[in-house]
Amino acid sequence: MIEAKDVHFSYANKVEALKGVSLTIKDGEFLAIMGQNGAGKSTFVKQFNGLLKPTLGTVLVDGVETTKTTVAALSRNVGFVFQNPDHQLFSETVEQEIAFALKNFGFASDVVEKRVTWALELLSLSQYRKTSPFLLSGGERKRVALASVLAWNPQMLILDEPTIGQDHEQKEKLTQFINQMQAQSKTVVIVTHDVEFVAECNPRVVLMKEGKIVAEGMGKDILTDSQVLAESSIVLPQIAQVFTELSPLGFPRNVIDIYEAEKIILNARESRRMP
Amino acid sequence: MAVIETKNLTYTYPGAAKPSIAEVSIKIEKGEFVLITGPSGCGKTTLCRCFNGLVPHFYQGDLKGEIKVAGEDVVKRHTYEMAKHVGLVFQNPENQLFALSVEKDVAFGLENLGVPRAEIRKKVDWALNQTGISDLRERSPHEISGGQQQRVAIASVLAMEPEVIVLDEPTSFLDPLSAQKIFDVIYDLNRTQGITVVLVEHRLDLTAKYTNHLIVMQDGKVRFEGNPREILSTEETRLIGVGIPKATLLYQMLKKGGFDVGDNTPLSSEELANQLLEAFGAK
Repeated sequence: MIEAKDVHFSYANKVEALKGVSLTIKDGEFLAIMGQNGAGKSTFVKQFNGLLKPTLGTVLVDGVETTKTTVAALSRNVGFVFQNPDHQLFSETVEQEIAFALKNFGFASDVVEKRVTWALELLSLSQYRKTSPFLLSGGERKRVALASVLAWNPQMLILDEPTIGQDHEQKEKLTQFINQMQAQSKTVVIVTHDVEFVAECNPRVVLMKEGKIVAEGMGKDILTDSQVLAESSIVLPQIAQVFTELSPLGFPRNVIDIYEAEKIILNARESRRMP
Repeated sequence: MAVIETKNLTYTYPGAAKPSIAEVSIKIEKGEFVLITGPSGCGKTTLCRCFNGLVPHFYQGDLKGEIKVAGEDVVKRHTYEMAKHVGLVFQNPENQLFALSVEKDVAFGLENLGVPRAEIRKKVDWALNQTGISDLRERSPHEISGGQQQRVAIASVLAMEPEVIVLDEPTSFLDPLSAQKIFDVIYDLNRTQGITVVLVEHRLDLTAKYTNHLIVMQDGKVRFEGNPREILSTEETRLIGVGIPKATLLYQMLKKGGFDVGDNTPLSSEELANQLLEAFGAK
């Protein structure tokens, strides 16, 4: 569990990136943190594994204050995947990259081998096992970074912009993977701009703006509130846009799921006896 | 007139086991807004690198087949010669910007070509104006937002007045509203200046509505090419992992469910909403 209480954070250049953020993330929760560039999203999640520590206020990870422990200790339970994979990758082969943290955590070599194979398969990277991460495409490098964190099986996973550069199929796999993590009661926090992705997997949504939380609730309600979204430079998902246009005819506004949309429209057509 | 034409273009990076693009034959007409999409690693970026000669001149490797851009044989021309015809904008603007001020960054390409000072001034003013960043000219490119940086990158290729602008996922690092503004700037340049645009994107939700020529690649080959409304209507497109816009998908689901919302396959939520309003007799 993560408990952030009135967290303030200023970078060395005195820019105050967080201006009093309080949030509790329960074990097993799936949360999306959204907001425009510079809203403080990445700064906020970096507090969860102690990469950054609050200037004021506290962050408790499983009851332990982040200022009283180390990044290494926190990382065992809180896996962090960066937005830009190039900030994370350094090994000569994909295999070595994924094995690196496992070895550091002291896993036996047969376990390392098994975990590496598992993570490679999960993210469709098996064919690149012996390849240098730097010869891969941007989307593939992103998956290597994710695999290297998944391999040590942390209780909580923080993914900073996981869908950037990912094609449709990889996004579907990511959704499946998050569902899988959820089934194992793991906590997943994503930082993202990708409204369509959020609309599809429907997590709890926290909207940040200028270092503060401005809205919080289920995706269905937050992602259909055009006023709140516009203030945060987020556009409505396509399905929500369609239903906003249809609302003068009496259609509900808070629809983001495509199957729900299909049902509502087909029912409406039936009851109006359209040709 | 075709501004880009390739015939059986096949290219293999040095040391790679198989070609990254294979037997690619495409024709892009002047003034088109072309969208190239396809699964990760399908060869989109490599193909774009061919358009200004980065492939094969910078990346070396083995190129077969023909490629002509703005009437020039790319293989026989230097990259700096092709830069006059083709401007490239990358995913991450940080990789592209380096000068001390926005204005200097935008002027850099022209200075390199030895353009007279007065003319540089005129062209830079125009490019800054077109991309809506005139007020940023004195700022450092590293202290402005990601969306503004990407506009600087676009302005610096625009200043060269290329016939073609190639953009490789130019908005992936931007929030949706900043992304939309970038696409609007590009679309506007395409319509008002007649500049040919080649855009590489996964996110058709945001971009399908701008294009009149869609190219879908898979495993280094062109799988579909032509009218986006036709291509996005096919089942195969979805199966090879192209992210069909939700509005297009909903239209197809309704059609399958027995509700035909007009003949036009919508590419955006505005189009679908209008067709639905019409079908419900509200328009």
